[in-house]
Amino acid sequence: MDKGVIVTNRGGISGRRWTEVPIEATIRVLGFSTIGFVLLIFLFLLREGLPIFYEVPTGNLFGTRWYPTFELFGTLPLLLGSILVTVTAILIALPLGVATAVFVRELAPDWVREILKPMIEVLAGIPSVVLGFFGMHFVAPLIRNIFGAPTGLTVFTGALILAYMALPTIISVAEDALDTVPKSYRDAGLAMGATQWQTIWKVVVPAARSGILMAVMLGMGRAIGETMAVMMVTGNAARLPLTFDSLFRPARTMTATIAAEMGEVAQGSTHYHALFGIGIILFVLTFLINLTAASAIFRKQRRGGLR
Amino acid sequence: MDRFLVQRLGFALLLFVALVVVVPILFVLGVIVVEGSMAITWEFLSAMPSDGMKGGGIFPTIVGTFLLMLGTAMASIPVGVGGAIYLAEYARDTWLTRAIRLAIVNLAGIPSVVYGLFGLGLFVLFLQFGTSILAGALTLAIMTIPIIISTTEEALRAVPTEFRTIIASLGGTRWQGIRGVVLPQALPGIITGIILGLLRAAGETAPILFTVAAFYLPRLPHSPFDPTMALPYHLYVISTQVPGMPLRIQHGTALVLLTLVLSMNVTATVIRSYFRRRRQW
Amino acid sequence: MVDAKIRIRQLSYSYGGAEALREINLDVPANAVTAFFGPSGGGKTTLLRLINRLNDLVEGTRMQGTILLDGENIYAPGVDVPRLRRRVGMVFALPLPLPGTVRENVVCGPRLAGIRDWGRLEEILERSLAQAALWNEVKDRLDDPAVALSGGQQQRLCIARSLALEPEVLLLDEPTSGLDPISTAKVEESLFELKQQYTIVIVPHSVQQAARVADYAAFFLMGDLVEVQEGTRIFTTPQDPRTEDYVTGRFG
Repeated sequence: MDKGVIVTNRGGISGRRWTEVPIEATIRVLGFSTIGFVLLIFLFLLREGLPIFYEVPTGNLFGTRWYPTFELFGTLPLLLGSILVTVTAILIALPLGVATAVFVRELAPDWVREILKPMIEVLAGIPSVVLGFFGMHFVAPLIRNIFGAPTGLTVFTGALILAYMALPTIISVAEDALDTVPKSYRDAGLAMGATQWQTIWKVVVPAARSGILMAVMLGMGRAIGETMAVMMVTGNAARLPLTFDSLFRPARTMTATIAAEMGEVAQGSTHYHALFGIGIILFVLTFLINLTAASAIFRKQRRGGLR
Repeated sequence: MDRFLVQRLGFALLLFVALVVVVPILFVLGVIVVEGSMAITWEFLSAMPSDGMKGGGIFPTIVGTFLLMLGTAMASIPVGVGGAIYLAEYARDTWLTRAIRLAIVNLAGIPSVVYGLFGLGLFVLFLQFGTSILAGALTLAIMTIPIIISTTEEALRAVPTEFRTIIASLGGTRWQGIRGVVLPQALPGIITGIILGLLRAAGETAPILFTVAAFYLPRLPHSPFDPTMALPYHLYVISTQVPGMPLRIQHGTALVLLTLVLSMNVTATVIRSYFRRRRQW
Repeated sequence: MVDAKIRIRQLSYSYGGAEALREINLDVPANAVTAFFGPSGGGKTTLLRLINRLNDLVEGTRMQGTILLDGENIYAPGVDVPRLRRRVGMVFALPLPLPGTVRENVVCGPRLAGIRDWGRLEEILERSLAQAALWNEVKDRLDDPAVALSGGQQQRLCIARSLALEPEVLLLDEPTSGLDPISTAKVEESLFELKQQYTIVIVPHSVQQAARVADYAAFFLMGDLVEVQEGTRIFTTPQDPRTEDYVTGRFG
């Protein structure tokens, strides 16, 4: 008797017409192209940025003073500037975002939700340069009058604008996280005699903890890479933000430095290489942040079963 | 204290926070619309800037932004949609597929100013396009691709698997199923995703800073290798780089940019909800 | 048995390690209705889907053995699978019209096969709908959305959609499971007409239906083919005690 073939199936529809071969090959190439883009971006950052590491001694690169005209390329003030602005922004945005997500998910009647959600989408759509413009003309004077900061262009002003820019991300990811908390948790909380308020904060929000953490990561990724608004409202002074009043003094971020100075440097100069070097730092930082957030997403998907 | 009183205070607090989030948004929109609309005249929209940008209109910036959008769309749509078709219809769960997904997540997270650096390094200098519409559009396109891929993939996956099975059972090949049923059914979702991607690109300033943008160029571009003015960069320039700039012009420019971006946003939302109601599955 | 259209030999099949079918040997005669019946999870639907290679779409499966259609192994390398599926049509358990009109649904298969001439497509349309006993009901509604038809009409539309390709074999996977008794009767009636021309394999949704429509009946239990009989003998005088238990309603 014919023993037959063993077919181990790897999925997919077999059979194609010859006209489809080039189409499917193109689609395959396009599918892989994103990997190519990431590599290409990294490659060009390295190509233009690596020379800085042998043009300038390492001590200088991680020094505390950024004065390119005097060959001083200390990135520390820029790095700390970015971190201070980002962390402050997240500290503002996190409670606002989580509370809004809780409000939208758990409390708001449908018609309120129908108004709130599009508003938050609109916020996500406002170009950063428009928010920066608004910050310069309306927020900065406010900060000047309330806190007495000379120009009102301070770390806090930038963080405030950034916080609103990160809010749509934080709210939507936090909402998804709250959404995945099973209804039975809520019922259990209420059945034990807890009020809805207690249930929300003692049961629902803690259960959504990992999702909220992811929201923070993604919000941070968004904030640390933000350029225009930050450049327009933080005052752009490359000083070490180490004193207590740093929040209400100007600072300069890595992104703003690149944006402000790249237009004026000669191609191939040390300064040019230094700016690409900052680009490498930013690339690696956001890569790590998004990798962390993504691994959480992938984990969640695998638990989810299908796909 | 009575725990129900706590609850009522708590709920009031949440409502207050939601207002803290929403009211400033309304305020930004309100201020820019009210102040900006005073600057909007036919001349403002259709004339060249004059008098060191302190007079005239912003016509070349509008044209520049549209040209950039056009170039970005032409470059990013085929790659984005093709990539999404691969991920949704062809890719199996292998390490390579996971690498692609990781690449997409990271592309979406790269700071816009780093895209600007990359565009400068690759398109402007290495490929010698110069600061040009071509270099800027390609830079914006790479930034837009991850958005288009994610939204398109979602739209493709929303089409029921059964349609693919039926086409296969009728002797259709995989590509026939995709072209005949899956793509048409997913089209509204895909278009929505494309608009959302393009509107991101329309409002971006940092990627075009060193790749296209002309500080002051009171004429229209002649070819893709010309630099051009663009709305977001122009707003940045007139609000930070030009002393004594009339506030009226700044507000007007901000309003035009905001209108462009938000109208795309509304279009996307309308398309999505219209077709969601009409579809047969 | 005379004139087997399909011969299944030593067929074993597993999904990711779990055995779904074990060493199946079965001949499906031409121009007759063969019913695969038994409790759910027995492997009936899986076997049905193997006959037109629809399970190629499922990842991580393993098959051993052969299925011969007119003496040719359909799993041999180089087989034109789309052509095979045009020869072996399939109707699914739930009526699932494609998005579009009645007309577009019926002529979908021929158009995929490359027929562009609308004159010919119109002929196919009328013939297929008539064979599926649907023409009189929908001849004035050809350009209505297919989903506007009733459930029973939709299922007969799906049958017509398969018939449009003039297949040699028609596979029906519980085609009446979602239908009311009147629609079910119409579908069953049409099977008597269709078997004059086609080889039909059906997974019926009940033992009663199997008894009503089957010329040959095969009983499947947990991946094993327990027994095959001609006509209704399997329901009146089953040879295997397991078959008897099932048809007399002792389990399942």
